[in-house]
Amino acid sequence: MRIARTAQYALLIVLGVIMVGPLYWLLSSSLKDPSQIYTWPPVWIPTNIRPANYSDAWNSAPFADFYINSIITTFAGSAIEIANAVLTAYAFTFLRFPGKRVLFVVLLGAMMVPGHVTLLPNYLTVSELGWINTYQGIIIPGVASAFGAFLLRQHMLTLPGALIEAARIDGAGHLRTMWSVVLPMSRPMLITVGIVSLVGKWNDFIWPLIVTNTASMRTLPVGLLLLKNQEGYTNWGAVMAAAMFVVVPVLVVFFLAQRHIVTGLTQGAVKG
Amino acid sequence: MTTTGVAPPPVSRGASPGTGGARRRLRREHLMFLAFVAPNFLFIVVFSYWPVIYNAYLSLTDWDMISPIKNFVGLDNYVDMFTSLGFADVLLTTVYFTVGVVGGSMLLGLGIALLLNLKLRGRTFVRTMVFAPHVLSGAAVGLVWAFIFDPNYGLSRVFFSAVGSASPAWLTDSDWALPAVIIVYLWKNTGFAAIVYLAGLQNMPKDVYESAALDGSGPWTTFRRFTLPLLSPVTFFLVVTSTIGSFQAFDVIALTTGGGPGDATTVLSWFVYDSGFRSFQAGPAGASSIVMFGILLTITLLQTRYLERKVHYK
Repeated sequence: MRIARTAQYALLIVLGVIMVGPLYWLLSSSLKDPSQIYTWPPVWIPTNIRPANYSDAWNSAPFADFYINSIITTFAGSAIEIANAVLTAYAFTFLRFPGKRVLFVVLLGAMMVPGHVTLLPNYLTVSELGWINTYQGIIIPGVASAFGAFLLRQHMLTLPGALIEAARIDGAGHLRTMWSVVLPMSRPMLITVGIVSLVGKWNDFIWPLIVTNTASMRTLPVGLLLLKNQEGYTNWGAVMAAAMFVVVPVLVVFFLAQRHIVTGLTQGAVKG
Repeated sequence: MTTTGVAPPPVSRGASPGTGGARRRLRREHLMFLAFVAPNFLFIVVFSYWPVIYNAYLSLTDWDMISPIKNFVGLDNYVDMFTSLGFADVLLTTVYFTVGVVGGSMLLGLGIALLLNLKLRGRTFVRTMVFAPHVLSGAAVGLVWAFIFDPNYGLSRVFFSAVGSASPAWLTDSDWALPAVIIVYLWKNTGFAAIVYLAGLQNMPKDVYESAALDGSGPWTTFRRFTLPLLSPVTFFLVVTSTIGSFQAFDVIALTTGGGPGDATTVLSWFVYDSGFRSFQAGPAGASSIVMFGILLTITLLQTRYLERKVHYK
């Protein structure tokens, strides 16, 4: 029994090291000066801290632009996506419409279309609209919500009907009922849907890569590719600092809201 | 699906058949429904459904993405693809990659879930760290691992010198590049499988284990005869979602190998991008997109069929 316990703890520690190791390596390398990066045996804890890696990275490409572009496209995109999810979920839960079931299947069917399959046609559509290299070009093709709308609807179906009826009898219209009764009661699910959307858009890589063509319109992940192509893998300290720019905001959100992220991403697996 | 929701107020047909007020209210509700869902459906149709149709059309042309004329060439693109060794290699690489990432992350994920399901100190921290890479940008993760794989200054050398050998040049050696990319995606994705399996384990009915214990079945038998079968819906959910995910793997590859060296890491998703956005051949790009769509749709439908049958026989 003792031996089994020890083995279990050993495995747990190995697992922890494998998962944390690369992140620690990222952080520590981003702070090392070249004498501690290009050396053998490796330096585990940097002593010659070099914050200049961060300014080097920041100045090696228009990272200020990348940041602004990422923030704008992420927040605007998520706001529209969440609005779509909320309106769709409310309509499918509380409003009558002939053929609602069929429409719901059409909605969920969209989840079966892999994003990669839409790349080329969406590029052509966006260029037809004259939206190449614009914010709306980056944002709009990603604002539909099928899974988020589905999750919210599942949640709204569980809300006590008496409350909604009471609001209606009190003379609240549907917009009012949605805003003051349904949404406050859906807060946990809204946070979940919102965070999953934000993280997805922040990390999105291939679409912004395709639809933008000047450095000043790139987003952060695409900026990393530019940096890599330009510097090769030569200046590892600065490259790791640049990776930190992208990773840190998401890690902060993750540690604050991991419960919501986990529910959002694993929803549908266990209970179906 | 839950059915204990709010039932919509009954349409008043009996008492006051089609009184003006009721009918107007219903009409207003219909219009409101349309107003609420129209934007979302517009985006879905234009940016999800239309692309499939348009890809199917492009796959039958020889369009170079510039000239105003799209010549209809029938199934030529498909014939070319399936008779060219290059595309066979792409499919084979995709199979290796998918089996490596999906199979690996699920096996490891199940193991990790079993470990994290034990009452061990520190498991909450490890659970958090196992899941963390899943939310990180693949581009940044690709960069970090490119440095780890550096044969001179990366962690890889530490690992290999511990076993007394030199580190391979992972990303520039065509034998090591695909395993390298698979390793990165395993690090990034295994946490997802682990957390989903863990949720499945924690939802297990307790009485199953009690009766297994009463039957005197050992841990291995219990696992094989009860745990695994009860987890099978979770397993199938993971097969489908991970397969769809791994077919779209792109960012890590772009930041590490760029499909190379040679075409060692050219999986289907890279091929779609490369033929469309670097070679400007809409035909092959459309055809390979349709192939990808077909494969994923088949897997999803098979899974749905299988699950239905299982539920049926219970």
